[in-house]
Amino acid sequence: MILTLAARELRSLFLSPLAWAILAAVQFVVAWLFLVQVDAYTSIQARLATIDGAPGVTAVIVGQVTGNVAFIFTLIVPILTMRLLSEELRSQTIQLLFSAPVSMTHIVLGKFVGIVSFLFIIIAMLTLMPLSLLSGGTLDFGMFAAGLLGLCLLVASFAALGLFVSSLTQQPVVAAIGTFAALLLFRLLDWAGNVSEAEGFSGIFAYVSTLRHFESLLLGQFSTTDILYFVLFITSFLVLTIRRMDAYRLQH
Amino acid sequence: MSVIISAMEKDILIKVDKLTRRYGQVEAVSDISFSVSRGEVLGFLGPNGAGKSTTMQIISGNLAPTAGQVSINGFDILDEPLQAKASLGYLPEQPPLYKELTVDEYLQFCARLNRIPRGQQQQAITRAKTRCGLQDVAKRLIGNLSKGYQQRVGIAQAIIHSPEVVILDEPTVGLDPNQIREIRQLIRELGNDHGVILSTHILPEVQATCDRVQIINRGRLALNDSLAGLNARMQAKQLLCVFKQEPDLAQLNAIVGITQIEPQPDNAWLIHYDTDNPADQIAALAVAEDYGILEITPQHHTLEQIFLDITSKDHFDAAATQMTQEASNA
Repeated sequence: MILTLAARELRSLFLSPLAWAILAAVQFVVAWLFLVQVDAYTSIQARLATIDGAPGVTAVIVGQVTGNVAFIFTLIVPILTMRLLSEELRSQTIQLLFSAPVSMTHIVLGKFVGIVSFLFIIIAMLTLMPLSLLSGGTLDFGMFAAGLLGLCLLVASFAALGLFVSSLTQQPVVAAIGTFAALLLFRLLDWAGNVSEAEGFSGIFAYVSTLRHFESLLLGQFSTTDILYFVLFITSFLVLTIRRMDAYRLQH
Repeated sequence: MSVIISAMEKDILIKVDKLTRRYGQVEAVSDISFSVSRGEVLGFLGPNGAGKSTTMQIISGNLAPTAGQVSINGFDILDEPLQAKASLGYLPEQPPLYKELTVDEYLQFCARLNRIPRGQQQQAITRAKTRCGLQDVAKRLIGNLSKGYQQRVGIAQAIIHSPEVVILDEPTVGLDPNQIREIRQLIRELGNDHGVILSTHILPEVQATCDRVQIINRGRLALNDSLAGLNARMQAKQLLCVFKQEPDLAQLNAIVGITQIEPQPDNAWLIHYDTDNPADQIAALAVAEDYGILEITPQHHTLEQIFLDITSKDHFDAAATQMTQEASNA
């Protein structure tokens, strides 16, 4: 049932120009970033070779580009998630789902799986670029895989947050702005963590920030804590969304 | 009361018990109870804002009631929502259509959503399309269809899984007269082996399609009667008589059964009676006394008048009293 709902979501996405526009734009922008990074690497390659323990091609190119891609997702996820529930609430199509024999968990998970599938399609397209480096050399696949996993988890977390904000309002644009603000906040919390390090606050703020956990994965440090952080993040917002949608039938 | 008892013997599909719904301080629906059995079409009437749609939304599981219970096909909508909703087809006031899908894609999604087994989906879709006259537009985008066709797609969505209970909130809005006739025909067909609730503003529609009529006013059930009972209610027990000469009122009054004679303009008289129709006696008297009888017309209340009587503020209490009296008589 979740897959039925997810498939519908994905199909509707691809029937609108939005999905195609985003795929094209992201591909173009990331291709540019990738080229610049490859260019930068070739210019410093000679010097790097002389340094002992210098970062390799995977860290310099793939790591850097993946980090930038993460920021690009901060910008596009709100646009993709904004209409997930708000549009259905506004146009009342949600009534179709409410009166069908599916539970609220099915509805929310269906939406989540649908949008995450689309985001993973974007990631799959982007992954082709670093893989093209294989034609001229080899990659550190462990680091590459950790970075990819980190990106997937990060994007899924963004989607869960976006889905929740989308359930709060009937105005898609408000949902987009809200999601963007929340995502930015979660990213910037890390700064607060750094600033207040002296006062002993660093733990809390830095720990809650998505950036910190993502960056360690990006460096190839696979730690269960980071994975668990993302899993908890996703679960929390999905549960909140389900609760929120249940409440929608009660209040007014 | 007799209606409810006979329904109990049959197969009750929808049971609504003491339903109440508040929005803040406003009580949109208060203490409504009724039931619908298999093979019955219930017409749900009421002015705007009377609580029709709220009731429909609660029955369809879109809104939680403040108090009271709803069971669909024996399953409580809150305790066993999946089972209850499996036997429910609902067309909301605004058809819940994904406008970017084609009719076929949309119905396919609805078929899956309602857990129709994979092997039977195509058959179910074809049947729903045939019943709602959608074969010609199957490949078109819903967003490009006219309002009437969109409405029909909404109805197709509600009946695709042949639910025991079909709830239609104003199904004929936006349809042309031919389509309205077809949809009414369809509702009658559904009424043969399903339980149907039909909400509407259009009074002739109720007379054309429903077995039972329920009028809701300001959140309360103001009338619940079979169509036959309603027809009896429409007999006004009044005759409009027109004479050339002025009749002798004392003689007319002497006829058994006549309770009141109201003068009307142009030598017309409105004669109220309470037992058998005295038209023959009036005619005999008029001929004997040479009043010059021109016309004797029995008067009927229309459903509209009954509706207005019940729903207009002044008559509300009177109607309610009449209701309780009749209920206790029955």
